[in-house]
Amino acid sequence: MFRRLPDLADTASVTLTVDGEAITARASDTVAAALLAAGHAACRETAVSNSARGPYCLMGVCFDCLVSIDGLGNRQGCLVRVRDGMRVETQRGKRVAGR
Amino acid sequence: MAEPDVAVIGGGLVGSAIAWGLAGAGKRVALLDEGDIAFRASRGNFALVWVQSKGLGMPEYARWTRASSDAWAGFARELREETGIDVAHQRPGGFSLALSEDELERRDTTLKRLHNQSDLPYEIVHRARLLKMLPDIGPEVVGGAYCPLDGHANSPRLLRALHTALKQRGVSYLPEHSVDAIEHRGGVFVVKSGTRTIETPRIVLTAGNGNRKLGEMVGLDVPVRPQRGQIVITEKAAPFLNYPVVTIRQTDEGGVMMGDSLEEAGFDDRVGLGVVGTIAERAVRMFPLLGSLNVVRTWAALRVMTQDGFPIYEESKSHPGAFVATCHSGVTLAAAHAKLLAPLIAGGGLSDDFTAFSAKRFHVPPAA
Repeated sequence: MFRRLPDLADTASVTLTVDGEAITARASDTVAAALLAAGHAACRETAVSNSARGPYCLMGVCFDCLVSIDGLGNRQGCLVRVRDGMRVETQRGKRVAGR
Repeated sequence: MAEPDVAVIGGGLVGSAIAWGLAGAGKRVALLDEGDIAFRASRGNFALVWVQSKGLGMPEYARWTRASSDAWAGFARELREETGIDVAHQRPGGFSLALSEDELERRDTTLKRLHNQSDLPYEIVHRARLLKMLPDIGPEVVGGAYCPLDGHANSPRLLRALHTALKQRGVSYLPEHSVDAIEHRGGVFVVKSGTRTIETPRIVLTAGNGNRKLGEMVGLDVPVRPQRGQIVITEKAAPFLNYPVVTIRQTDEGGVMMGDSLEEAGFDDRVGLGVVGTIAERAVRMFPLLGSLNVVRTWAALRVMTQDGFPIYEESKSHPGAFVATCHSGVTLAAAHAKLLAPLIAGGGLSDDFTAFSAKRFHVPPAA
């Protein structure tokens, strides 16, 4: 669905995992951008009705890109820069307090 | 529209519950309401259906609260059958938690008096057993008072369910109808709102803090004042609080509400960092896990408070047919208002049981 702009083609890349599967992203990506570029349009299920949602506003407002990052739930993927070795997980339903 | 049998003035939880009950008793009802900018405790409350701590010094109020708590499950079922809306009423019993032995002892003393006065069922649960019921309590929690009659509900959904049901029951809901004047001519009330005039033989004032001014128009003294409460809400989390605590509860959808501050601030419903910070700090001491959750909302709302904290239910002596119903527990008492009070207003009037709720109790003659 999304294609990279050609002008940033030679940026350094990092590797992170999404639900255990390795994906490659650019070092300048946010988690939300990396997910979209890797084809993960849906990154969570809502807390009450468990319907699928994905990154939308990409500027910290809509809270639809919530994911679990390195074991901590409800992180806004669009506000977090990717890091090598980062563990991102789809958030299914409500987060668990303390995790 | 044909002139109503009853005009209910105030469309919050108290007015909606009463209008629902009046319509159920076969009355043609008009429900006059303000607009979205009204001070509306019904949208800002804590949503407990609470019994412990209610009515010390007024056995009638303790009894009334308990009657409502007992009627709540049936009331919620009826609303669900009528509207398809589940107001998430639960009655697992509830706690007030103590962060020191001294606090626990004071709580016990209060509840013992309430038990002696009104047969309130409760028990003091010490830390070891409390850990089995509320596993996430912090190290400072020494124990709590548990009352099996306590519960909670989803109050925004309660207001929506009532309004959905009101529409189905043919109640004429009139938003943006703040009342300017009420006249009484030959046994008929003439209610004036903007350019509109409604004539009706019976009115019920349910406008919360607005009742003070409306009461003056029909010979009712309604000494209520706003008392601010602030609330902090977290993001939705998987269920971990098995019981509502008087200052902390997890809603059916997973968000945790923290609150219960009291401030005399007039008609000012803004939040302040100091109070919000204290609420959060105490809550985290009770449940350290809360510290990991993000706060997504804070708000303040104005309680409708009398001097003694008890409700006022009264019919006007000088303007028979004009009633007032006002309290600060619109959620807890919703079932009683809908199922017990409304039929009385629809019929002959309040029974002798309601004498104690008259505002006359505030008119103490000066000592000789």
